[in-house]
Amino acid sequence: MTGAEVAALLVLADGTTFEGEAMGALGAGRPVTGERPGRPATGELVFNTAMTGYQEVLTDPSYAGQVVAFTYPHIGNYGTSSEDDESPRPRCRGVVVRELARRPSSWRASEDLDSFLRRHGVPGITGVDTRRLTRHLRSHGALPCALGAIEGPGAFSPEDLADAAAGEPGTTGADMVSGVTTPAAYTVGDGPYRVVAYDLGLKVSQLRYLTAWATVEVVPAGTDAGEVLGRRPDGVFLSNGPGDPAALPWVVDTVKALLGEVPVMGICLGHQVLATALGGSTYKLPFGHHGGNHPVRDLEGGPVQITSQNHNYAVDPAGLDPRRVAVTHVNLNDGVVEGLRSTDPGVPAFSVQYHPEAGPGPHDATGLFERFRRLVEDGRP
Amino acid sequence: MPRRDDIHTVLVLGSGPIVIGQACEFDYSGTQACRVLRQEGYRVVLVNSNPATIMTDPDFADRTYVEPLDPDVVEAVIEREHPQALLATLGGQTALNLATRLSERGTLEQHGVELIGANARAIRTAEDRQAFKAAMTEIGLSVPASGIAHDLEEALGIAEAIGEPLILRPSFILGGKGTGIAENRAQFARMARVALAASPISEVLIERSIKGWKEYELEVMRDRDDNAVVVCSIENLDPMGVHTGDSITVAPAQTLSDVEYQRMRDAAFACIRRIGVETGGSNIQFAVDPGTGDMVIIEMNPRVSRSSALASKATGFPIAKIAARLAVGYTLPEIANDITRRTPACFEPTIDYVVTKIPRWAFEKFPGTPAVLGTAMQSVGEAMAIGRTFPESLQKALRSLEHGRAGLNADPGEGLLDSLDDRELVHRASVPTPDRPYQLESALRRGVTVEHLARETGVDPWFLDQIARIVAGRERIVAAGGLAGLDRAAWREAKRLGFSDAQVGFLLGEPEARVREARLAAGVRPVFKTVDTCGAEFDAETPYHYSTWEEEDEVRPSGAPRVIILGAGPNRIGQGIEFDYCCVHASFALREAGFETVMVNCNPETVSTDYDTSDRLYFEPLTEEDVLAVIDAERRAAAEGGGRLAGVVVSLGGQTPLKLASRLGPELVLGTSPEAIDLAEDRRRWSDLCARLAIPQPAGGTAATLAEAREVVERIGYPVLVRPSYVLGGRAMEIVYDDEGLVRALAELAGFGGVAAGAGTGTWGQSPEGGAAGSLGREGGLSAERPVLVDRFLEDAIEVDVDAIRDGAGEVLIGGVMEHVEEAGVHSGDSACVIPPPTLTSSAVEVIEGYTRAIAEALDVKGLVNVQYAVKQGQVFVIEANPRASRTVPFVAKATGVPLAKVAARVMVGATLAELRAEGLVPPEVDGRATTGGYVSVKEAVLPFNRFPDVDTLLGPEMRSTGEVMGLDRRFGSAFAKSQLAAGWRLPTEGTVFFSLADRDKRAGLGAAARFVELGFRLVATAGTARFLRDNGVPVEAEVAKVGADGDGAEPGPGPASGPGADAVELIATGQVDLVVNTPRGRGPRADGARIRTACSFHGVPCLTTVAAARAAAAGIADQARHPLSVYSLQELHRPEQLELPWEAARLDVEA
Repeated sequence: MTGAEVAALLVLADGTTFEGEAMGALGAGRPVTGERPGRPATGELVFNTAMTGYQEVLTDPSYAGQVVAFTYPHIGNYGTSSEDDESPRPRCRGVVVRELARRPSSWRASEDLDSFLRRHGVPGITGVDTRRLTRHLRSHGALPCALGAIEGPGAFSPEDLADAAAGEPGTTGADMVSGVTTPAAYTVGDGPYRVVAYDLGLKVSQLRYLTAWATVEVVPAGTDAGEVLGRRPDGVFLSNGPGDPAALPWVVDTVKALLGEVPVMGICLGHQVLATALGGSTYKLPFGHHGGNHPVRDLEGGPVQITSQNHNYAVDPAGLDPRRVAVTHVNLNDGVVEGLRSTDPGVPAFSVQYHPEAGPGPHDATGLFERFRRLVEDGRP
Repeated sequence: MPRRDDIHTVLVLGSGPIVIGQACEFDYSGTQACRVLRQEGYRVVLVNSNPATIMTDPDFADRTYVEPLDPDVVEAVIEREHPQALLATLGGQTALNLATRLSERGTLEQHGVELIGANARAIRTAEDRQAFKAAMTEIGLSVPASGIAHDLEEALGIAEAIGEPLILRPSFILGGKGTGIAENRAQFARMARVALAASPISEVLIERSIKGWKEYELEVMRDRDDNAVVVCSIENLDPMGVHTGDSITVAPAQTLSDVEYQRMRDAAFACIRRIGVETGGSNIQFAVDPGTGDMVIIEMNPRVSRSSALASKATGFPIAKIAARLAVGYTLPEIANDITRRTPACFEPTIDYVVTKIPRWAFEKFPGTPAVLGTAMQSVGEAMAIGRTFPESLQKALRSLEHGRAGLNADPGEGLLDSLDDRELVHRASVPTPDRPYQLESALRRGVTVEHLARETGVDPWFLDQIARIVAGRERIVAAGGLAGLDRAAWREAKRLGFSDAQVGFLLGEPEARVREARLAAGVRPVFKTVDTCGAEFDAETPYHYSTWEEEDEVRPSGAPRVIILGAGPNRIGQGIEFDYCCVHASFALREAGFETVMVNCNPETVSTDYDTSDRLYFEPLTEEDVLAVIDAERRAAAEGGGRLAGVVVSLGGQTPLKLASRLGPELVLGTSPEAIDLAEDRRRWSDLCARLAIPQPAGGTAATLAEAREVVERIGYPVLVRPSYVLGGRAMEIVYDDEGLVRALAELAGFGGVAAGAGTGTWGQSPEGGAAGSLGREGGLSAERPVLVDRFLEDAIEVDVDAIRDGAGEVLIGGVMEHVEEAGVHSGDSACVIPPPTLTSSAVEVIEGYTRAIAEALDVKGLVNVQYAVKQGQVFVIEANPRASRTVPFVAKATGVPLAKVAARVMVGATLAELRAEGLVPPEVDGRATTGGYVSVKEAVLPFNRFPDVDTLLGPEMRSTGEVMGLDRRFGSAFAKSQLAAGWRLPTEGTVFFSLADRDKRAGLGAAARFVELGFRLVATAGTARFLRDNGVPVEAEVAKVGADGDGAEPGPGPASGPGADAVELIATGQVDLVVNTPRGRGPRADGARIRTACSFHGVPCLTTVAAARAAAAGIADQARHPLSVYSLQELHRPEQLELPWEAARLDVEA
């Protein structure tokens, strides 16, 4: 340690601890501003296996309520750039890395990652054996955790951290969407079609693809179906978002009311909501899919897509009525449902569990936004 | 799509001899391919001229042809074997070029052979630079401005249009031969000539230089359903301007954001789709402007490459294996990921560590060549290291190189930079050389800023900042003041930055052993993590480990008896693929015998570092600290699992593991005891032993001073062979003919310490001074503890090598008696050799065998022993014995069918030859000595002189060959001719032979000259040689002027058309000579001879530097003329009774 570094600890709900050093909004003079200032940072700990795209991950609202551990050791190498934000600010509760880069290198970098985290009040810990951590999560599932400095002003004792971790509820059954959705509707783009996008935790990259051909009206998650239909949209888009889809019956009901009235596309949480609206159900994966290398097979043809994924919940194929819904995509690694469509010609709708907009991740599936455009075109009189 | 059933037999082409730019990575890929194809039920026919490869082991193919990679030869194989498909994408540029030629001349079509893996059109588009650039522009990718020239005039026109700096790249070359960057017009013109000559089609791409840009590579795979994945991204630490094979490379890419990385990935897929590689792997290179992010595509290799091997080892994703499956019809989703076994191969590996590869060079072997790196590859090997962070992996990689450094400085070698001032140091670092990493660290340690250094060197600031972390870590170690000052946190930090115990010891003034003690007392031990392709997301089945300094160890307990095999480390001249072959064979044999094998090695090119060669793989440096850590881990695994560590194999990986033998504890060393190994190396004890056994040695003695050396010479007379008492891999020997030479040789040794000042940093022992220190000097000093050996040099003696195995019961098996074609004095590794001996009398062979048995007995050998002899006028002298695997073991195994390395491995763990004979591992008919079944095998060395155009090609006692080939036939002449063809020298069938013989060779050369005349050749000769030949009745058509009569300094190059009175170099340059016989006049560079030989190397004219080789060539030419080309598989040589096809047996009858 250089001396300037402050020892910190990451403690899981099962008592497992990991040593490291404070970074971001953790440690002396770096107050945690998050949701519970003055207390240890806590959240549901998940790991992400992407080797690039840490900034996009940290600003993805789907990570609300979670602490993200990166499996790739060197994080922060190319700094941060406002161009790469997926939302106005990070929503995750903390970051765990093996090696924070002190000095970024990129012609686009405007700020180093540590400063970025401090500015946004996101606590972090570096120097952690993240591989041990990942193997632990792999066998025990995503776990609540707490992290804090253990020396200097504002230090916590290991016992404080263990108690905080044990007291952290995690995301199961929690509505995390209300905390991240836009407070008011807004419009972006000026394309020939009109798409209403439900912000359940929307990523900017999705808007980039939609605005290529549509004027997109982004609305809060609580917007009711009547109001949306009143905007006379050509299509409705359901974004990604954080937390347990089962905790969002109000969104599901809205989507039920929209189905058959307007073509619908869903991504990630939007996919889970659509599946539920179509009569299906969801379940929680042991440790989820978080990374940029998941192979997905399109059962209706075409090459395998390497996809960006970020989900803890998945659609249960057993709960889908084959007369209404067809599974269109599966994950080659574990067979998890990665996409579906309505088979009722009167109900034009499809969704994918993964992220065709990338941000971060491969661009293999960007064609899905074109597919949505065709659905919209076909649906418009 | 499942496997193709319309294919029955697949012809696989290997890559031939190890040369610079094409090393054992293609043995790795080819071996994987052969295994996979046979697993899939195909009949595999392999052609590869390199006997040292594992792929040419007869178990890996149904028919193995160790034959020249030549279109006529391969056509003969096709006619015999009737393959339906040809797989050439796993045999490097050699195989790809050969396949292109076979396709172009219609051979493939005529015989109904389909090119699989990549079609001819795709190869053409990727390889032809103009077509490639047009194709890339068409799909919207940027390429540097460029033009194509076929002659000098065209080239100058393009230079005018684009402007310097310009890079020149000849078409259809491997490893960047002839490429370079021109900064001005004069330089450009000179380089354009060289580049045009280097291209087989006289074509050169000239383009805007993007020197200084960041360089990246992506390894991409695609299948017939258009599934495409990136296996690995690689970032070069050295910016554009250094060949990627000579660059320090790091995986994954470190300084690309996701936005830029995905853009590159999209471009890579667009490229592979446009080029049309339908199945298999490709390597695609990009450059990125560090200031703006502009990206250009540089090149694409439509085949498995050196980088693919690196990517496979770096990620655990077996590119070659999967490429072979794709080539026969499978798609990526249909293939399982070997490592996880649960998930498919259709995914992109994600890694949770950093991989660093560093090349290893051999500039010290090629005096006159500046140790400066450029766009033509010059390295002969590489080491790779895995660490959790870049600093850790960089330091591990540096100590893996085994060139006497303990890591990134913090060792005695760092002192060599002390004499430079800051300005000079930064200036040196701005020129890419092997010393650059050390210079960067030293500059940062002196306080040069990251910004300044980045600007001057083009190395990305991120990498420099990581090196600065190492500097900071060093300062904290020093600040601890002593071992007692290092607490657990300080140890952890030092180790996490990659500091070795030796470095910590250097910084704190403590011996390494005490550092180790203190560290273990502090409870600081490495853990071993796993390479699993998935960042621990899934459970890994394959135990492929690396050490690091973390909290969790992943080595699993095991109940099976286990053997650790120490590998050979990075390839270097004198220690290459042959030793990997031995280690791999040991692993196979011991696994078959019920042991679990544990491989330790750090060379990413090799088969030994394939994760399924052994039961466990530790990708680690071969240093005492790292190896002891593996032994500890395996002991724990055995203790916890109820298993037993049977021991460590140190005698199959060359000098690298042998040097460690004494540090491991004698009870752990399997086979011959370290004590016996020492005995053979200790001059006095060895001489006593020979005397006791009544085996003659050349007269000699040891000397620690010039006076003592003169005393020895007084007694034995000149010429003498002078060598250090500790010779590493046969390095640093000199033949001295007179007192002047003796003075020089001794002065070089004694003067070694003074080389550093003002003459390069000396880390690599050569550096820009380019050979100011002779090779003796580099081996380090002269003292009473390190005397030189001065032995009578037996001129014109025949050198003989013997490989033998002795078991614990005392039985000795003579594996092979090899007669060298070149006489004693040429390093055995550079000499051609023959089994069975063509000129030795049977009584001499009997004496040699008897001596070998006696020596093996006296040394109590358990395993392999290699003994070298010189036979002069019928008398046999022993030169030296080494109780370990030699370079010739794989050659002997191929020539005789006795798998020596496997047999030796079993003997080392206790089996007797009798038992192995009963088991069938030793062929039952082999009793006392292996035989060759009526065939003759010639091993020829392949030398890298085309890479070092200013170096004399004369063979001598210092080994300089990078690889070897084998010629196999029923007659010596035919076998020799094949060996020459395989080495790249097609013996002429008619034309003109140029003779220039040293006086002492004239008598011996007479017969050879007469033979060439009989064969219908015209002779030309230098005046003295011509006179001698004519006086002795051999007609000489013309006398050739002394070289350079018109003045010195003319470079050998494509000279002007010759007129009457042209000198030898002009004749060679203008194609008027088809073969050159030029023997040296004693020792030392003689300008004319050296320039003739250099011109031959440059213009591709075969040049023989010994009379013996000339005789052999004449025999080869004669046999070639009399007998049509025949090809033979190893299977018919080794197991003629097991041939399946009746026509093969019938053919053998006819031959017999």
